[in-house]
Amino acid sequence: MKALIYVEQRDGKVRTATLEAAGAAAALGCDELHAVFVGDGLAADALAGAGVSKLFLVPPSDSYSPEYHAAAVAELARDGGYDIVFFAATQRGKEIAPLAAVGRRAAFLGDVLELAADGGGVKAKRSLYGGKLFGWFSAPAPLVVTTRPKMFAPASGEGEPAVEERPAPAAPEKRAVLIESHASAGGKVDLTEADIIVSGGRGMKDPANFAILEELAELLGGVVGASRAAVDAGWRPHSDQVGQTGKVVSPQVYFAVGISGAIQHLAGMSSSKVIVAVNKDPEAPIFKVADYGVVGDAMKVVPALSAEIRKKKGG
Amino acid sequence: MKILVLVKRVPDTAASIRITGEGASIAQDVEWVMSPYDEMAVEEAVRIKERAGAEVVAVSLAPEGAVSHIRLALEMGADRAVHLVDSQPDRDAWSTAKALAEVVKEEAPDLVLAGRTAVDMDQSFVAPAVAALLGLPFLSSAVKLDLEDGKAVVRRETEGGHEVLEAPLPCVVTAQKGINEPRYPSLKSKIKAKKKKVDTRPAPEFEALVKLETLAYPPQRQAGRILGEGVEAVPELVRVLSEEVKII
Repeated sequence: MKALIYVEQRDGKVRTATLEAAGAAAALGCDELHAVFVGDGLAADALAGAGVSKLFLVPPSDSYSPEYHAAAVAELARDGGYDIVFFAATQRGKEIAPLAAVGRRAAFLGDVLELAADGGGVKAKRSLYGGKLFGWFSAPAPLVVTTRPKMFAPASGEGEPAVEERPAPAAPEKRAVLIESHASAGGKVDLTEADIIVSGGRGMKDPANFAILEELAELLGGVVGASRAAVDAGWRPHSDQVGQTGKVVSPQVYFAVGISGAIQHLAGMSSSKVIVAVNKDPEAPIFKVADYGVVGDAMKVVPALSAEIRKKKGG
Repeated sequence: MKILVLVKRVPDTAASIRITGEGASIAQDVEWVMSPYDEMAVEEAVRIKERAGAEVVAVSLAPEGAVSHIRLALEMGADRAVHLVDSQPDRDAWSTAKALAEVVKEEAPDLVLAGRTAVDMDQSFVAPAVAALLGLPFLSSAVKLDLEDGKAVVRRETEGGHEVLEAPLPCVVTAQKGINEPRYPSLKSKIKAKKKKVDTRPAPEFEALVKLETLAYPPQRQAGRILGEGVEAVPELVRVLSEEVKII
């Protein structure tokens, strides 16, 4: 099968989630792996060692537009006769991929966790009902697939891709365009891509108390998440919410602090490798899924944990 | 101004989901609700109507008799509804989008609103597909929506920041948590909704491209070890994080 990977970059480097999408294509047995980047400033060797043999460069539009990117990908996918187009299921990928699927008149499988070849098409595993069930779906080529970050090993291979310039696509005149962009300093890692998540819930009692979770997360190189209760209380932004009406996450380690463990929260984080729970209620449902639990007041346990870790790191 | 809102019926997020039959369907005896993000879309449409005047039409593809979520849209303030009664056994996201696009085309609204995802299949495909099928611009995951000079202006959260996008009307906008707090209908609005019209008709059938083969439960997690109580447990937790989990 012939696959095309949609490339996203961040700070001049190809995003890990993109390399994972390429990895998914290689693992599926796609023998021809090409990539497309829409925009300026991607280093020629950015995809070196990613197993991609050709990189198409499409000039950017004046300002980011999902329809422009989708048109660029759909045109190339059609012209090149690609069987599958891969996007990482990032914010941009999730927005552009469905539009590209319609442009290509291709079947769509979003946010997939596993893939297997199936005749001329694929079988894909997806998370349903916020993680309460898995579903296996089958679909024929041509296909557009988005891969969930952290579920596939990044691609590896020899050499650098040959670069080929493409003309601007025939994008619709009426389209959505970006008019303002405000990034916070440092650019927070998205929850779905984080290795370590420290989440707080109603048990944090006050938004100011999240400072102790920020401190622990920083010590461990993680990011802070939140339960629905904490978000609904206005303590944390909606983008921090883990669960069925937030983000489904699978980090290496998930700290649930002051989170009792409502079913829709558990569904969203129970595919974490290791779960650590801190809760003052020994009967809290979170302890039924946690690998390690501490019964106690988060306001005392978390600062003590941070202090101990700092001591260990220092010595 | 005319606003169309696409709404979907899903199991309540508090419900346990059970697999039945041959392993590709779920038990139907759950509490069915309107998908939470669709509620926000309805709320946003009704607020625009209250602010500036608009006709709000709720559109749903749902099985016969599955109308509680459509009634809720009317109770929240939608003026009328279209219920596409679905009896296609292999209905997928593509064929859903095509059926809904037909209604959008026929109604020719100034704005289409929907939730950013439905919390059952969680694929975020149908709304953008409707947009693309009809050549309408697509603005996703709005936490703020303003309509001005024939344009929709949307603010949305990004990974560690926010951005603003705009598109000419008509366009398709999806609602993200934070855009509003959906209302609970008053008794008065519930009574008023009883008189509102639901146009019930068969959903057009289209070829399905994606087939659900099997469903499975995620592996059950076992309760682990309670390391202790309070700060006394911290040294053991640090030892575990360092020696077993290996993150320190």
